Amino acid sequence: MSRIDRRFAALKAAGRTGLIPFVTAGDPSPDGVVALLHGLVAAGADLIELGVPFSDPMADGPVIQHASERAIAKGVGLANVLAWVAAFRENDTETPIVLMGYLNPLEMYGYAAFAEDAVDAGVDGVLMVDCPLEESHVLEPLRQAGLQQILLASPTTTEARVGALCEAAAGFLYYVSFAGITGAAQLSTGDIAARVAGIRARSKAPVAVGFGVRDAAGAKAIGEFADAVVIGSALVDRIAGATSADDAVGRARDFLAPIRAALDAR
Amino acid sequence: MTEITDFHAWPDAHGRFGDFGGIYVAETLMEPLAELTAAYEKLRTDPDFIAELDRDLKYYVGRPSPVYHAERLSKHVGGARIVLKREDLNHTGAHKINNTVGQALVARYMGKSRIIAETGAGQHGVASATVAARMGLKCIVYMGAVDIERQKINVYRMRLLGAEVVPVTSGSKTLKDALNEAMRDWVTNVADTFYIIGTVAGPHPYPQMVRDFNAIVGREARAQTIEQFGRLPDVVTACVGGGSNAIGIFHAFLNDRDVRIVGAEAAGDGIETGRHAASLAAGKPGVLHGNRTYVLSDANGQIVETHSVSAGLDYPGVGPEHAFLKDAGRAEYVGVTDDEALEAFHLLARTEGILAALESSHAIAQAIKLARELPPDGLVLANLSGRGDKDVHTIAAREGIEL
Repeated sequence: MSRIDRRFAALKAAGRTGLIPFVTAGDPSPDGVVALLHGLVAAGADLIELGVPFSDPMADGPVIQHASERAIAKGVGLANVLAWVAAFRENDTETPIVLMGYLNPLEMYGYAAFAEDAVDAGVDGVLMVDCPLEESHVLEPLRQAGLQQILLASPTTTEARVGALCEAAAGFLYYVSFAGITGAAQLSTGDIAARVAGIRARSKAPVAVGFGVRDAAGAKAIGEFADAVVIGSALVDRIAGATSADDAVGRARDFLAPIRAALDAR
Repeated sequence: MTEITDFHAWPDAHGRFGDFGGIYVAETLMEPLAELTAAYEKLRTDPDFIAELDRDLKYYVGRPSPVYHAERLSKHVGGARIVLKREDLNHTGAHKINNTVGQALVARYMGKSRIIAETGAGQHGVASATVAARMGLKCIVYMGAVDIERQKINVYRMRLLGAEVVPVTSGSKTLKDALNEAMRDWVTNVADTFYIIGTVAGPHPYPQMVRDFNAIVGREARAQTIEQFGRLPDVVTACVGGGSNAIGIFHAFLNDRDVRIVGAEAAGDGIETGRHAASLAAGKPGVLHGNRTYVLSDANGQIVETHSVSAGLDYPGVGPEHAFLKDAGRAEYVGVTDDEALEAFHLLARTEGILAALESSHAIAQAIKLARELPPDGLVLANLSGRGDKDVHTIAAREGIEL
């Protein structure tokens, strides 16, 4: 059983909804990444999505794109990200970490080399935004090494594709609740609820819902029907202006605390 | 790679050209792309669609474009005969219209009311605005802020045609960023919006569809060289940015194994300087903008900023079919510097009375090199993909002339 599977099994046993914060590795500061990861766990994160900065993040909105640009300007690359995960693992062997990003950095690193180094560092899964199920053959070396490929479903996904995704899902299935880019527009909770219910009934893996969740109320509404809630742009936005590593941790804690409480109050 | 017997049999059912191409996009785009693929698969063999496209190409675009023997240029160079496929004579002055006429028709058959496009040099934007105006469709063109600055005339031209030009200020503020922004618009507004991609890149079915709409260039040129010169050319050359004009003229010749095929990429200040846009000559296989292809990226996999005097070639990726042709050994891709392109521009202007686009000037420069290697009865076919009116300010500025 993988670390991700164990975590979701524990959540289910406790009747809790998972909280999955997303941060871009190296933003706001490369020196503060490991402290921030521990801070997220202290604030109630059940699993962490760690963004690998990429110059051309096609599916992300301006908030995450700018976070990526800032991190790249500070020289952050995939090797740094793996080193930070390894450092985090020295004090936390339980919280799963999923790297989220785009394929080109993996192409340049080499899939086989990445698979080996990521497993050594303590990475649990990858969510490659530009690698749909149809192209996931390129990630075979990662799966061979024991990394789980997190797949996405969206409002534009047909029922036939949902079936294939539910069958192939590993770790968890990430339902993108808005058809546009990350961090844009409002949720229509009713539509999402109905769709997610259908997917959960078919999926072998738990279903996390993200894209557009900004606050405790939004998280609570999603938590009614999802196994976990993903918080991305709103958190990245909140910590972007942090003046120090401690400040970033404090901002993340202040932002996540009411969300955690709202999820636990269900 | 196994021996390829038919170069016209690609892409495969997954949209792949060997190891390249494919559909490397976010989940949200999978269904819109599947819809487009299904619609295009039906239309490409639909007699009504084909008849309408043929009429548009003949009466609106002005096809066929001539193949012209540049005798004075050839004589000046002192090698083989150089012949030019005159895509600069099309309506709007470049090959880009072949594709936009085709995709606008697809959009209309699919019932879409809004067209979006990305543009680098502005040629594709103008070609998209043109067909949108003609069909009464709303048109939004995404263009990097840097490109808007260096292509003011085309920006104004698009506005005259009724299009809205949206400046893109993210990243390097050039073509690749405009492409990212257009993708975002499409994901958000897919219900009523058709995205006209201007080159043979992007996810499947775009590399195939854009190639198919441009392949008329090579089909005409092949028949014209046989008719006018009684033989096939020894070599075909074209400039390669994203690669739409190049694949357009190459495709009909791919199974003529005796015809050498050479793509001219933008070497900018020289490939050794790092300031260039030669993805095939100097890049590595990677994933960018929805397909697997050769890309220019750094050790961390970040896409790098490219350089070329020609905005239309200033792109860090290249169409996946070119990547496939390179690895299969069917086509060669070489770099032509800014200086070489400029020299060819002037030579063509003075010997033939033709102002070529800076993009196309790379092909002319390469044709000159190739002609020198061949005997006088040799035949070099170059794609003169666009006219140079849009570039006169760039050329004047570069040569220190104030207009």
